[in-house]
Amino acid sequence: MKPWLSLLRPGDWLVAGAALAAVAVSFPLLWRGGPAEKAVVKRDGAVVAELPLNISKRIEVQGALGTSVIEVQPGRARVAADPGPRQYCVKQGWLTQANAVAICAPNHVTLALVGATGGYDSLNY
Amino acid sequence: MTASTTELAVTADDRRIARYAAAAIALTVAEAAIPSLLPGVKPGLANIVILIVLLRHGWREAVWVSLLRVVAGSLVIGQFLAPGFFLSLAGTCASLATLAFAARLPRDWFGPVSQSILAAFAHIAGQVLLARLWLVPHDGVFYLVPVFAASALLFGIVNGLAAAKFLKESAQA
Repeated sequence: MKPWLSLLRPGDWLVAGAALAAVAVSFPLLWRGGPAEKAVVKRDGAVVAELPLNISKRIEVQGALGTSVIEVQPGRARVAADPGPRQYCVKQGWLTQANAVAICAPNHVTLALVGATGGYDSLNY
Repeated sequence: MTASTTELAVTADDRRIARYAAAAIALTVAEAAIPSLLPGVKPGLANIVILIVLLRHGWREAVWVSLLRVVAGSLVIGQFLAPGFFLSLAGTCASLATLAFAARLPRDWFGPVSQSILAAFAHIAGQVLLARLWLVPHDGVFYLVPVFAASALLFGIVNGLAAAKFLKESAQA
């Protein structure tokens, strides 16, 4: 170890220290944000509720046919109940990934998970 | 064999540059065989040669060896004109630009390790910038910056120490 250390000159320590500080600063700066962050509930394309994914919650949304129940648990969300005839959005179960969508078309209600950055520019249905 | 009608004058400088470039290319090929934990994270062993050339013969020769290494090295490992080649070229150009300044730092205070660290950071900066502008036009690229920066620091120090030791021992011999 000693002979290697003797190869370092005073300024080298300075540069290495500054570089280490830059690395340390870059970690929290660039590693904020993550996968899915919140659930967005819409009725006829208008946002009804935005629920953070870190708090468990159940909300009821009045749709064209009746009441849809949206359930949020830490890190995931689902449509718990829906008056639609075929129950597609309910059968989809828990959504965990950012940009995942459950669409209850008959009741005009959608549930979408949103991350820090969208995976696409726009989505239409 | 028929004697060539054109004669290219080969100077001692040319031969020296070719020898250094050959050493750098050999290290590039050897490094390609080392499995990488993460794409983009590489030791950059060829930079040891570039540093030695820089400190012995100056920046101009370091540019020659460095660019020959990128072009010929990519031909050897089959990356020529592939995305990896352009990333390598962008990183190398940024490194050389930085070394133009780093080489002027007072030698008593700043050794090869300083130049190596500065060049390594410039290298990732050039690469990430090109990747952001061209390959992955999305800010997600920047999430990897901490990893790249940490590896630049580590390998910058290691390569710099290797170059410093080599220069010291060859000066004694």
